[in-house]
Amino acid sequence: MAKDAKFREEALGQVDDMLAPGQTFASIDRDITDLVLTKKAPKAWWVALFVSGILLGFLMLAITGLFFYGLGIWGINAPVGWGIAIVNMVWWIGIGHAGTLISAILFLFGQDWRVSINRFAEAMTIFAVSAAGLFPVLHLGRPWLVYWFFPYPNTLGMWPQFRSPLMWDVFAITAYVLTSAMFWYLGMIPDLAAMRDRAKLKIQKVLYGIHALGWRGSALHWHRYEVAYTLFAGLATPLVVSVHSIVALDFATSVIPGWHTTIFPPYFVAGAVFSGFAMVLTLLIPIRRVYRLEKFITLRHIDNMAKIMFANGLIVFYGYLNEVFFGWYSAHEFEMYMIWNRMTGPYAWSFWALIFCNGVVPQLLWLKRIRTHTIALFIISIIINIGMWLERFVIVVTSLHRDFLPSSWGMYMPTFWDWALYLGSIGFFAFALLLFIRWVPMISIFEVKEVNHKHNH
Amino acid sequence: MAQVFGPWANTVAKLSIVLGVFFVAAALATLDTIHRSSYVRLTGVARPQPVAFSHKHHANMGIDCRYCHTTVEEEAFANIPPTSVCMTCHTMVWADSPALEPVIESYETGEPIKWKRVHDLPDHVYFDHSAHVNKGIGCATCHGRVDEMPLVWKEQPLFMKWCLECHREPEQFIRPREEVFNMAYESPKDQHELGEHLVEEYEVKTHNHRLMDCWICHR
Repeated sequence: MAKDAKFREEALGQVDDMLAPGQTFASIDRDITDLVLTKKAPKAWWVALFVSGILLGFLMLAITGLFFYGLGIWGINAPVGWGIAIVNMVWWIGIGHAGTLISAILFLFGQDWRVSINRFAEAMTIFAVSAAGLFPVLHLGRPWLVYWFFPYPNTLGMWPQFRSPLMWDVFAITAYVLTSAMFWYLGMIPDLAAMRDRAKLKIQKVLYGIHALGWRGSALHWHRYEVAYTLFAGLATPLVVSVHSIVALDFATSVIPGWHTTIFPPYFVAGAVFSGFAMVLTLLIPIRRVYRLEKFITLRHIDNMAKIMFANGLIVFYGYLNEVFFGWYSAHEFEMYMIWNRMTGPYAWSFWALIFCNGVVPQLLWLKRIRTHTIALFIISIIINIGMWLERFVIVVTSLHRDFLPSSWGMYMPTFWDWALYLGSIGFFAFALLLFIRWVPMISIFEVKEVNHKHNH
Repeated sequence: MAQVFGPWANTVAKLSIVLGVFFVAAALATLDTIHRSSYVRLTGVARPQPVAFSHKHHANMGIDCRYCHTTVEEEAFANIPPTSVCMTCHTMVWADSPALEPVIESYETGEPIKWKRVHDLPDHVYFDHSAHVNKGIGCATCHGRVDEMPLVWKEQPLFMKWCLECHREPEQFIRPREEVFNMAYESPKDQHELGEHLVEEYEVKTHNHRLMDCWICHR
């Protein structure tokens, strides 16, 4: 079996191929829809669902505990008022960015290879951003008053504080979730119609039929679809940059050494794309193997994603070097101390682990052999995911724990409840993603057919 | 297999959009209306008390607010009088009335009467009666004509925007200090000029108009 897979990879997945040769409209339709309509879920899917279901239980536990006891059960306290809840929020939002970049920016640049991965990456975006949204809301103390975020005609006689980047965050993230979800759904309509038409069971026909919104594939439908899709791509493109810039401003507009720096917005955006592509690879490499999708997701896709990830990783690493340099160059007592404390203080382990994960390990990606070696890439992508989590940990925790006055210094360690919520958010993300690949074609059928027509004929 | 959906489905789809928007809008409007209603705010609803004490009756006899609410000019809390204050008159007047039984009992045992609070601000709001009374805000401005209420009710819903209305433009509501306890006071025609003058005189808007700072109420 393993030999067979290796053979397929070599025969089908030539690095230059966008899709494996010898495919027809009918075979593409069949290969992708059968995964949902007729084939049973593979064992690995059930195992993954079981594990993520357990993690989802942790989410329920963490939220129940939080509502019952209050924020005191987390490790946060003066001076570290933002613990791993904010680390997790930034981490998840960053992960989301790959999906929008693949679906919107690569679309506008006419990068045809995106068609095999965009549906999946966008789904990842939506679930990642939803997971991210949990944290700031649960961090409120009184999460049931979350609607106070929004400027509605209220009885307080006050608007929210529009001059605060935390407020901009509300709009940026809300816009991001809504746009991504609509963009994703819009791109799925023709495929949902295909599912409806190929479904055997009445219930499948009805459910896919409702969600296909009466798509009949007429020329008029296609025309409107193309216009709407391009418009959405245009709308989503600035969001790739704006959302994480604004998240970065949450930090940068403060006066905390380690946060108060103009490099944050661009370096956060690069970090977001970096972590997003790492997560796409972490997820797609095993899924490609389990579902035998080598025909659609070729080594060229893997290589391209690795390249984008690597390029952004280098920008991020440049950002780290800059932070250190400007810490020294500022000749500012607190800035210099902050950098020195990061490198040698009580949290030095997190800084050096970060440099190892995000600075050293990605250098392997210079080699094409590594970029097209799925197992090596899978391991590297996981290391980068960890590194990007550590990056936010370093930014949030090491900047806060040494306040200006030594009398206010303190240490922060997450408690069981912090970790339970984090694991729970992973469970939520994985559970949603697993349901997605079970119920919806995870590869865009009609776009693959179009590209197949263009390139293999 | 035949098509599952006929042309009727188009109508259902379009209708569902309209109705969906309608239901969401209606639900939000309903929640907001309930939130502002006197049903929730209890404005204008007389609160039953352990003793049927009539403010109307007592005020109309000419008893000043401060006879019972003794600390209103010096402290944040206006004071609910102990039963000994009641007994200053009621050892003589209506001493055997059955309505007074709880008062006498309280006086004899030293167990205070458990009055029901009518104006209850949230715990995160700091309110100081003395600051308002000494700067020319009349009792009736917030509490209404208590001298016309048998059992007291809330005249105002105590929304934050209602507080802010006056904190933004105190000149609209301010009155001369000597009129603060005059329940029947009506603002004169030249309220605006008088108001500006009084705001100046009582130094209401000094310190860069800090009445509008968050911490003035949320400390």
